[in-house]
Amino acid sequence: MASRNQLANRPVAGAFEADASRIEVTGLTKRFLTPKGEAFTALRDVTFTVEPGQFCAVVGPTGCGKSTTLGMVSGLDRPSEGSVKVGGREVTGITQGISFMFQQDALLPWKTVVGNVEMGPIFRGLGKRQARDLARDWLRRVGLAGFEEHHPHQLSGGMRKRVAMAAALINEPKILLMDEPFGALDVQTKAIMQTELLGLWEQLRPSVLFITHDLDEAVALADRVVVMTSGPGSVKAVYDVDLPRPRGAVQEIRYEPKFLEIQHRIWESLREEVERAYARTAGVNA
Amino acid sequence: MSIASTAPGPISPNPARSDSAEANRSATEAGRRARRKRVALLWTARLGFAVFVIGGWQLFTTLKIVDPFFYGQPSGIWKRTVDLFENGTEFGSFWTDIFTTLKEAVFGFGIGAAAGIVLGLALGQNRFLAEVLGPYIKIVNAIPRIVLGSIFIVAFGIGVTPKVLLSAVLVFFVVFFNAFQGVREVDRNIIANVKVLGASNLHVIRHVTLPSALTWIIASLHTAFGFAIVGALVGEVLGAEHGVGLVIKTAQGSLDPDGVFAGMLVISVITLVAEFILTFVERRLLSWRPPSPSEAAAI
Repeated sequence: MASRNQLANRPVAGAFEADASRIEVTGLTKRFLTPKGEAFTALRDVTFTVEPGQFCAVVGPTGCGKSTTLGMVSGLDRPSEGSVKVGGREVTGITQGISFMFQQDALLPWKTVVGNVEMGPIFRGLGKRQARDLARDWLRRVGLAGFEEHHPHQLSGGMRKRVAMAAALINEPKILLMDEPFGALDVQTKAIMQTELLGLWEQLRPSVLFITHDLDEAVALADRVVVMTSGPGSVKAVYDVDLPRPRGAVQEIRYEPKFLEIQHRIWESLREEVERAYARTAGVNA
Repeated sequence: MSIASTAPGPISPNPARSDSAEANRSATEAGRRARRKRVALLWTARLGFAVFVIGGWQLFTTLKIVDPFFYGQPSGIWKRTVDLFENGTEFGSFWTDIFTTLKEAVFGFGIGAAAGIVLGLALGQNRFLAEVLGPYIKIVNAIPRIVLGSIFIVAFGIGVTPKVLLSAVLVFFVVFFNAFQGVREVDRNIIANVKVLGASNLHVIRHVTLPSALTWIIASLHTAFGFAIVGALVGEVLGAEHGVGLVIKTAQGSLDPDGVFAGMLVISVITLVAEFILTFVERRLLSWRPPSPSEAAAI
């Protein structure tokens, strides 16, 4: 534990620290210049808040600017208007203390599994030896002990996701941004990974912003679900999911009446958007 | 395993399973035999091809259908090669010539490759710089650079320096374009990910950009070494005190096609050895890559 505490480079401590992981998105607008030279509004006036330690899912049809929103929370991208505040401070560069997980795992194919996981601590200035010990510890926590010296291409999709998870969590981020992290997995593996993610999240309690197009996944995992509309992306509604925690196995929670009721309520709102977005793309193709 | 654990009471070895193990072994055996046969056939065909080409050449020149005075003769080339090694040339030992050419090519290769990698990485990273210098690089690339050899000879005399420079110039462009492209091909997601994890620009280059571009760079080094040899040889033909290029030029002057081919033969062997070393280095550096699917052959 001592080594893990050394690693956390949080600027503030104590009660203040909890607030450091609040994400406030206010009036966020993002415009792009298309290759034809026209301005295209991807996001318009998006406002929502993720409370410290909250698991917040964002659902919406394809192309509603979900990923664009994440990019601006991470500080990799700048908003055209509006602001993103993390822990009360406006995001101007790469946000401190966050981690990212993508749909395609962003593992380095030329590094071994342990080499991939130890990158986070090394970038934060931890010694090579300590970083390696910490990485081994994390690989044990995600159930990959014994695979340290394998290369990513030798692992299955689910195992690669575990490596990505260990790499994302090893820095003990206060915010975890996930962009359809389990989108490419088969149904069974996906359910297992969701359960494991919940387990790890309950230990560390970072604030999570989780993008998905799978409403079941959103309701099963999250405390709060943000429904977005498309063209341009904006927030349609925000739902709080008051299923009790810890939630246990994701496969089982899906059959609980309360889950179904919440899922149904959000789907009513989402369906309209999905159908609208589908009609638009289908119209283009026809 | 599951069969054994669910079966009630003490059981004898499952006949179906030992059968399948037997089938597997015989399939492996058959597969190996098929592969051995294929390899044998391959080498026979390769050898046959060489005999056909060289033997045909020898035959046609012996029968005087083709004049050996202009086109050389394999037996003559071999005799001339042995003679070169045993008696040297009018300028001294043949080994000195080989060593000189090799030195020029290797230095040129090193300098050109290093410059190409550094500039390729720099321009690949910096989009603005790339756009400013892009057109000029295209212009310089369009110049027939081999002509620069004449300028280098005029400027630096007939020593080793102009050949090294010519080699380096030829190597530079091959490596540069590949390194540049390699940097451009780096996965944006990976860069975003390591930046979020706290990587500095130097970290990104060391852990992501360089290893990623290495696949491209190393692929270019194979071609580049060939260019290094060409640079050294052309430089020597233009004017030199020692070198295989000089031997070839002298042979040309004395209407000795066997001598020209002997020089070619020696250079080919050097290039093949270099190729072998580069392949070895490539295997070591790129050992992380998954084996290509063709390596598992269907039986």
